[in-house]
Amino acid sequence: MTVRREAGGGRRVPLAALLVVAFHASAAEPQRAIAPSALRSGVSFAGADVRAMQADEFANPGMLWVERGAKLWRASSGPEKSCSACHGDAAASMKGVAARYPAWDAAGKRVLTLDARINACRVGQQSLPALALESDDLLGLSAYVAAQSRGVPVKITIDERAAPAFERARALYYRRIGQFNLSCAQCHEQSWGKRIYRETVSQGHGTGYPGYRLDWQAFGSLERRLRACYSGVRAEMPDYGSAELAELQLYLAWRAEGLPVEAPGVRR
Amino acid sequence: MTARVLVPKEVKRGAPFPVRIAIQHVMETGFRYDLFGKPIPKNVVNTLVCRYDGVEVFRAEMGSGIAANPYLQFYTVAGKSGELEFSWVDDAGVEGSERVMVTVVP
Repeated sequence: MTVRREAGGGRRVPLAALLVVAFHASAAEPQRAIAPSALRSGVSFAGADVRAMQADEFANPGMLWVERGAKLWRASSGPEKSCSACHGDAAASMKGVAARYPAWDAAGKRVLTLDARINACRVGQQSLPALALESDDLLGLSAYVAAQSRGVPVKITIDERAAPAFERARALYYRRIGQFNLSCAQCHEQSWGKRIYRETVSQGHGTGYPGYRLDWQAFGSLERRLRACYSGVRAEMPDYGSAELAELQLYLAWRAEGLPVEAPGVRR
Repeated sequence: MTARVLVPKEVKRGAPFPVRIAIQHVMETGFRYDLFGKPIPKNVVNTLVCRYDGVEVFRAEMGSGIAANPYLQFYTVAGKSGELEFSWVDDAGVEGSERVMVTVVP
């Protein structure tokens, strides 16, 4: 917050009052390091070929997983109900859902990613075993659900129950980790747009995930991408499905608020 | 195996039209090793055939150099409405197929 000194009688508000106002504003809404107008999707840092691949509904390899998920959405392998039996047409019922995730799960008292939410639904409502994390079936379902929110701006809810998790994740975001002794913020907040060898550092938004990464030759979740970042700074990787990764995704979603969901994205 | 095929909604008789197909497949090269140092056997979609009303119009033989989830595009012509049928097989012997109707307008 900048307080500009006005010439003449402009500065009449006592400084203490300004500080109180500033304090309350930051308590309700943490300061954003990147102004909403300066937010840029990860794909805007990629080359024209990758951008074209993502934009082309058919050339985008992630659409294969969306297709897979669409079949699973309607499928019922036994007495249990299919996803569509309760949720109906995903185009209507799932529109905007991915833009609200990760979200706080009151029953489990934890942050739920979209993948974890789908598995919770399978176990709790469908009486089916949970799908393995990063399996093509789970990625397919989350890709199909997320694709219904394409273009919907990210907007998550952090109430007082989720606040401790959010604060933990924010502390993690600014903590230096690994042998390279780097924090997330040093690259994605202070140095985005600069280069590491031939790679342009992005702002680190997860709006393209679950997505297809050409480097992997495969489709993956945001957790997989985050683990790659841990590995990149030579830090110990948290397990798939860990609270640390879920909470970090909550913080990242808050950072990305306002950017449209673009899953299935394509990244280099 | 999940696959997607795309042809134009309608094609003009005798005019070339694009056919696109994408197949979900790992296309394991055979040059990689697992975490225990054991070679991962080669497994790629080695042959893909496309027939139009039973007549072969396109064939691809692929090897280790093709990226995962192969995406192919080619052009063909049609004299009358019919069915494009794709079939493919990988090194593990797993077969896949996909059909799509082509509507020809004069």
